[in-house]
Amino acid sequence: MQEPTPQNDHSAPLQPLTVKIIGVGGAGSNAVAGMLRSDLGVLSALILHTNSRILTLETNAQKLVLGSRRTHGMGTGGDPEIGRAAAEDQEEMLRQFCKDADLIFIVAGLGGGTGSGSAPVVARFAKDAGALTLAVVTLPFDFEGNRRAQQSQVGLLKLKSSADAVICLPNQKLFRLLDENTPVNDTFNFSNDLMTQGVRGIWQMLNRTGLINVDFAHLRSVVQDRHTESMFASVEARGEGRVREVVERLVASPLLDEGRVLEEASDVLVSLIGGSDLTLADVNKIMDQLNRRVCEGQLILGTAIDPALHGTIRLTIIASRPTPGISHNQPANHSRSSTMEMGKSDFEAPFFDEPTVLLSQSRFKGPPPETTPENTEFLFQQQNARGGHARKKSGVKMKQELLNLEIISKGRFEKSEPTIHHGEDIDVPTYIRRGIVLN
Amino acid sequence: MFETTPIIVGLDIGTSKICAVVGEISDSGSLNIVGVGQSKSRGVRKGEVVDASIVGEDIRHAIGEAEQMADTEIRSVYLGVTGGHIRGFNNRGFHPVASQDREITEDDVQDVIKNARAINLPTENKVLHIIRQHFLVDGQDGIVNPVGMLGTRVEVDIHVVHGNFNRLQTPIHAVKGLQLEIEDVVFSGLASSLALLNNHQKEMGSIVIDMGAGTTEYAVYSNGIIKHTGIIAVGGDHLSNDLAYGLKVPLGRAEQLKIEHGSALVEPEIRGHTLTLTNDHGIAEKTINLEHLRRIMSLRLDEIFQLIANELDQADLLNDVREGVFLTGGCARIPNIQKLANQVFHLPVSIGKTNSISGLKSALDQPEFAAAIGLVRFGSFETRKRLQEKPGFQSTLTQTIKQIFRRS
Repeated sequence: MQEPTPQNDHSAPLQPLTVKIIGVGGAGSNAVAGMLRSDLGVLSALILHTNSRILTLETNAQKLVLGSRRTHGMGTGGDPEIGRAAAEDQEEMLRQFCKDADLIFIVAGLGGGTGSGSAPVVARFAKDAGALTLAVVTLPFDFEGNRRAQQSQVGLLKLKSSADAVICLPNQKLFRLLDENTPVNDTFNFSNDLMTQGVRGIWQMLNRTGLINVDFAHLRSVVQDRHTESMFASVEARGEGRVREVVERLVASPLLDEGRVLEEASDVLVSLIGGSDLTLADVNKIMDQLNRRVCEGQLILGTAIDPALHGTIRLTIIASRPTPGISHNQPANHSRSSTMEMGKSDFEAPFFDEPTVLLSQSRFKGPPPETTPENTEFLFQQQNARGGHARKKSGVKMKQELLNLEIISKGRFEKSEPTIHHGEDIDVPTYIRRGIVLN
Repeated sequence: MFETTPIIVGLDIGTSKICAVVGEISDSGSLNIVGVGQSKSRGVRKGEVVDASIVGEDIRHAIGEAEQMADTEIRSVYLGVTGGHIRGFNNRGFHPVASQDREITEDDVQDVIKNARAINLPTENKVLHIIRQHFLVDGQDGIVNPVGMLGTRVEVDIHVVHGNFNRLQTPIHAVKGLQLEIEDVVFSGLASSLALLNNHQKEMGSIVIDMGAGTTEYAVYSNGIIKHTGIIAVGGDHLSNDLAYGLKVPLGRAEQLKIEHGSALVEPEIRGHTLTLTNDHGIAEKTINLEHLRRIMSLRLDEIFQLIANELDQADLLNDVREGVFLTGGCARIPNIQKLANQVFHLPVSIGKTNSISGLKSALDQPEFAAAIGLVRFGSFETRKRLQEKPGFQSTLTQTIKQIFRRS
């Protein structure tokens, strides 16, 4: 385990990291209960729900019914406003729990009342207490309806502005990971499992001594005050060709949008856990492949050995991309430079209570706006000019902006392995990638 | 080795065509090209076999043609391999000189080479070539043979070319399926450079770019040694594909347009020129803007050169190249490609000519044959080496045994 304060003498006795975990709402509580059953080690855990049913959940975690005065333990009825108020009622107790923690995980399923409403509040308390706050959340399935989708988006945005980083698992993407005949129950369990994996991935990264350590300070420097939205994927491969396979599986993972997330990411945290037969060459090979996929972001690598994983490689990735609306206002560099001499006072970063623009942050893209032919012409010209300036020589990375609007056929290379060079698929005609318009 | 005039055959399985070149070492020891055979390649994409049975047929066809032309029977070939999985890198080995008098012995040289060869590659990868570059004695660079010199530490630089084992095995398997033996497997970028460059050009520093249909291979020489090799899985097929997409014509027509009207540069005077495409009955079907056609090609070719230039620039090699860039492969036929390459590399650019090999003029002049001719050249080095070792029963025996094992 690593020490969060580098200026301490190395010979001083190591202070263990205090990691706490808070499950909010139904999904969050179940996930935390699941985590405690698995091999996460001793974590101090708390589960919160507005519904008193959690009291019947069999787990070692502390339980707290939120807003029993308002709701009489009957839940929020899907209203985040009640969830928020319920959490604020219990401010004292929550702040008490968050005290003295170095790292707090907040686990919730967004979309309902408690998850969307209370989680941001809890995150704020955690952040105020000086802990690095990571939220691991799921977004609802499409079939759960518009209202939940909208609430989850609002919740996500609030959470992003209060927590240091949000790791986001859109449930809808799980469909592609699961068999069609999976029972509903198993689907939700699977989603909870993924949250567990996310927490476990980070936990193991910090906890295991390995070939290459990622310590707490490192994690903090990547996530603190960045208010990023992160994607998470964890894959495992065993046997002969595991090195290649593990990367292939990772890139194929629907959670990473077939690797597109990697290209856009600004920071990628890689946790690689293998058996005692993991060689540096394996690590090198994997990182080499990942490096090629990641265009601009920085890669941070942690490697650890788990003797139980002999012949297996487990690769966990957390890729963050900055949220434009929030991170612009936030002097991310300020906190980054201060992490070196981290006192509690450095945490007094500005906090945004209510983000003003909510709807523009939606992850769902509407149809392209109607344009007149003149307007189109103008836009194309602009694009052309841009493409002309940003030629390769200047080292400016070309973005495939046009790709989203229209599907580019790769013709005869459709079925062959794509030729990826610095994150660009060079099978796609050059003139399209450079944004040059004919006619 | 039991034949009086050894026949050396180079087989290059390309993306658009498969060619076999037959060479013969004359009594005077010079290499003579006596036959070529070629066949359209149908089962290869980006330099890699995707349909082994069709590839087998095509190889048989090419070999048959070469046999007929050279009037000989082909039993074994030198096989050229390519594909996006192949990588080249430099490695350095180091060895302290142990002896009292600090004189570097043959054993020290063997040890240092052994050290340099100890490379940690992923298990699924296989080393294709290990090429000795030069030695360093106590940090002094550029030593060709350190035996007899005095020093405390000797180092050696080597260039390693490696690729994915399974993907390398696929073409080997296809060739073996035809009852042909494989003498050796050679990276085709390396083979092309052997065909094109003479010693002077290697000494002065040259870049060889073999731009085929599916892949573009390049090799950089300076001071007489290989500095860098690499491959990009992009080639003439991409040009056709870009044209098919951009001009909205079928792939076959795009290929034809590329050959008939293609150019690597967009000249200002063609602005506004159009081409009228006719169908089988001679009726006009579609009009195509010539400027668009050339712009699409020019951008793609420019990008390929840029990718190579960037890579070489990063390895800090462009300054060592004084002789220039030599283009070969099918794409070297594109008009104005020299000018385009010159704009990118700022070096003299020429179309590579196979030098110091005599024989069929028709084969030697065609850029498509460079890799296959290079394979023959590679084979001739190996054969000469073997012929020189011939005296002495023991060495013959070990050679034979070695061969048996290599071929199995």
